[in-house]
Order: sequence, then C-alpha cells, then structure tokens
Amino acid sequence: MDIATLKTKQNLITGAILLILLILLATLPLYKPGYSVILLSSILMYVILTVSWVIFSGPTGYISLAPAAFFGVGIYASAIIGKAIPFPVVVLIGGVASFVLALLVGALTLRLRGIYFAVFTFGLVMLISNAMNYYEIHFTGTRGRFVMVIDYNTIYLYMLGIFVLLMIAATIIKRSKYGLALMSIGQEEEAAEHTGVNVVMVKVIIFAISAFFMGAAGSVMATKWTYIDPGIAFNPFYSFMPVLMAIFGGMGQLFGPVIGSAIFTYLEEFLITKFAELYMLIFGAILVVSILYLPDGLVGLIQKLWKRFSERKHANT
Amino acid sequence: MRILEGKGVTKYFGGLAAISNVDFHVKKGEAFGLIGPNGAGKTTLFNVISASLTTTSGTIRFKGENITGLKPYKICRMGVARTFQTVKIFPDLPVISNVILGLHFGMSAKISSAEKTQKAAEYLEFVGLSKMIMAPAKDLTLANQKRLEVARALATKPELLMLDELMAGLTHTEVGEAMELVTRIRERGITIIMIEHVMTAIMSVCERIMVLHHGEKIAEGKPKEIATSKEVIEVYLGE
Repeated sequence: MDIATLKTKQNLITGAILLILLILLATLPLYKPGYSVILLSSILMYVILTVSWVIFSGPTGYISLAPAAFFGVGIYASAIIGKAIPFPVVVLIGGVASFVLALLVGALTLRLRGIYFAVFTFGLVMLISNAMNYYEIHFTGTRGRFVMVIDYNTIYLYMLGIFVLLMIAATIIKRSKYGLALMSIGQEEEAAEHTGVNVVMVKVIIFAISAFFMGAAGSVMATKWTYIDPGIAFNPFYSFMPVLMAIFGGMGQLFGPVIGSAIFTYLEEFLITKFAELYMLIFGAILVVSILYLPDGLVGLIQKLWKRFSERKHANT
Repeated sequence: MRILEGKGVTKYFGGLAAISNVDFHVKKGEAFGLIGPNGAGKTTLFNVISASLTTTSGTIRFKGENITGLKPYKICRMGVARTFQTVKIFPDLPVISNVILGLHFGMSAKISSAEKTQKAAEYLEFVGLSKMIMAPAKDLTLANQKRLEVARALATKPELLMLDELMAGLTHTEVGEAMELVTRIRERGITIIMIEHVMTAIMSVCERIMVLHHGEKIAEGKPKEIATSKEVIEVYLGE
C-alpha cells in the first residue's frame, strides 16, 4: 500500500469517527436532556470563542482581547431584534454585525503590534460597554434588556451547528494559502509583505471571520440568560478566557483549543460546585502550572507522551 | 531598455537626508552594483524602491510605470523581489514552505498545489538547498538562510531581483558560491541590483556600479572606472 492510499484510508477513519461523534452530540437532547445539555452548551460557547480566537491570534501572534466585544455585539443584536425576526436570521445578523465591527476595528488597529494591539482591543471592549451603558441611561432610560426565551435543546443545537461550521472554516483557512500567509505574518511580517502577501487584507479578513463566529455564538447564548445589560454582555471575562484556554490546550493543532476549552469549562463547573470557596484559587494554580510546564499546552504534552510510547513500542519489537 | 528608473529620489528621516536627489537607472538584463561606505543610504534606497519606506520626493518607474507610493506586496506582484540585509526568513516554517509562500502570492501563474511543491523544490535545488527542504528554516546556517531568501524571492517570479549584502558574513568559499549563484540567476534573464561590500565580488559580477556617499550619488560607471575614480578612492580611503 503506498502512502497516498494509506493517507486517504486514515482520513476516512478520522472522518467516520468525527461523524459518529457528531451524531452522538446532535442526538444528545433525545437521550440525556436537562443538565448535560446545558453544560455542553456552555462548553460549546467557550470552545467556539477559543477556536475563533485561535484562527487569527494563533498563527499571527497578535493577541486580541476583543472577543468580549464581538461576543457582546452578538448578545445585543439578539436582545434588540430577537423578538421581531426569525431566530436563524437573528443569529446571522449577530455574526454579521460582529464581522463588520471587526472589519472597521481591524482596518484601524492591525497596524499596531504586540502589546499595543492587545491594549487597544481591550479598550474596545470597555468603550463599547460604556457607550452602551451611557446610551441606555440617557436615551432609553432603562438598564439592560430582556431577551426572548428559547428552550435549552434549541440553544444547544444552534451552538453545535455554529461549532461545526467554525471547525470547517478553521480547517479550510488553516490548509489554504491564507493559513500559510497568517503564519508568515506571525513570524516575519515585513518579509511576508515583500513576498506578495497583502498583509493588511489577510489580517483584517481573518480577524473579521473569527469575530463572525463569536458574534453568532453571542446571539444564541443571549437567549439562555433572558436578561442582559452592558456589564453582562461585554464582560471582560470573555476576552481573557479564550486566551487562557488556548494556552492551556495548545495552539499547534486545531483540536488543541477544543480540548483545552472543553476541559477548562468542565473543570470550572466542577470546582464551582465542589469547592465554591476555593474555586478561583485552584483554578489559578492549575493555570500557573500549565503555563510553566506545558509550553505547548495539553495537546503538546499528549503528543510528547505518545511519541515516547511509540518509540518504546518500536524498541521492543 | 530601462527596467527601473529613479528621478530625484529623496528620503528624509526627520531633518536628515538619507538619500538626496538621486537619479539612477537600471537596464534590463544587467547586474547593477550599489556601493558606498556605511550609512551612505544604500539600504534606504532599496527600501524606497521596494516600498518598505515611502519617498519624501522623487519618482521611481518600473518598466515605464510609476510605482512610487504603491504597497510592497503590489510591487512584489509586479515583478520586483528582494532579500534583506539581516536575513528575514520564516524561522519556524519548513524551508519548503518559505518558498511556497512566494509561489502562492507572487507573480506566478495559477498552478495546482502539487505543482507548487514541485516548483518550490526546483527553486531550492537551484540555490543548492535540496537536501534540507523539510528542516525548520531557523536550523539553517547563515549562508543557507541567505540562499533560502533568494529562493523565496525567485519563487515570486521577479524580473528584477534586489540583493542586499548577499555575501556579508560569508566565508571565502561561500562568497564564491554566492557569486556563481548570482551569475546563474542572470542567465535566467533576471535583472539584478546588488548592494555589496565584498569588492572583488561586485567588481567581477556587475556591469555598472553606482557609488553613494552621505545619501548622494558621487559616481556611476563601469567597474574599472569606479575602481580608478579619484573621488571614490577618497571616500573609501580618506584624502
């Protein structure tokens, strides 16, 4: 058997496993409704935020702290137009609104590098949050809004759908020439530009695509909370978590952030329920240890162990 | 035919003129040398041509078309490629991916990705790196990293290639190999502008040489004329 057929066979097997997993996940509400569906929805929320963050920030090394802004725009889109328009359209509009915002912000700020970019993107979260707050106090005279209620199973299925689309988009980007361009930008931006890469365009478009998924996720999750205000919608927490989860999972492979954020979210749930007092303390300790000792994240560790294991197997035979 | 032409090219950094009012032209197919003491403005001129820097005043034409003020990627796609004085490779990408980027985004015609891999391997063989195509670029020696930069530049299918101190920091043998590489690039019909401090190399490779000093052009001509020019000798050796 030559390498090409071996590879297609491998791809088929991976594809089949993924399909079975997807079917299991999609039918979950039928055989395990209730808590597990709610938990998986919030896991999916963090997975989506983290993977979208990694699409752009992983290869380029531009640390964006704007996820909370894009997520929040989706949330507000849902709160403002949710009752008037069919839900799928609401989700689409939430995504598109974040996409457009990212295009504008990206065109302005992606000339900044390193810490300046991180600080600016974080400033964006604060700016939108406070502007919204000001608007609500001075013009509508209310604080916050009610969001239409949707049942947990529907929320879960929407999140799953966004997740699948996101993984497809992320894989396509990673394997395309734009994936290579993003990595070259992260490593030596000037050389990339002189090798024919329109760096500003590539950066802005991918930044906006990543924002699209954050916004879409936000407009779905808004319905779970039923009431939102600027403090909830633009919580800076949603900016930091994707970064931490991506580091925890490892950014070398796409499944790194998926596994990282899934475990992280579950861990958070577990710690909150079991050790409500010590939760933040344990959480912090785990983070410090993983940053110190797992430079390539959880996936890097697994790969290292796997390599050692397979070497030993070869040595025995 | 003039492939590249600069008129009154000037670049100020604050109040300091890094290049002032330089006129130059490069003919199609020739190797054009650029020399001068440190700080003379050679790399600044390269940066201005490749649009790393914008000109303060003056115009630059490539194949008769005004390219002043265009973005670097546009200039690359028009057929002007360059290397850097301090090598700028993509350190964590495999050697071959460094070159494939040029094939994806340069001037080259639309070809399948299998053909691109094939082409990239050809360019790497051309510069003498075929044995290390899968290694991370950062593991290469300086000489090989410079060759990789040349391969990446060639992959964008340039008509004009600008080499910024290709031979600096190389051993004697490596300088010989680099000179041979430049000759082979010219045989492909690619015009070359090179900045170089290794005089024997530039004198034997180039048809014409321009000398910059304090941002001004002080001499231009055949290598022989330059080597015997009183003004040039004064600049290099003092009076």
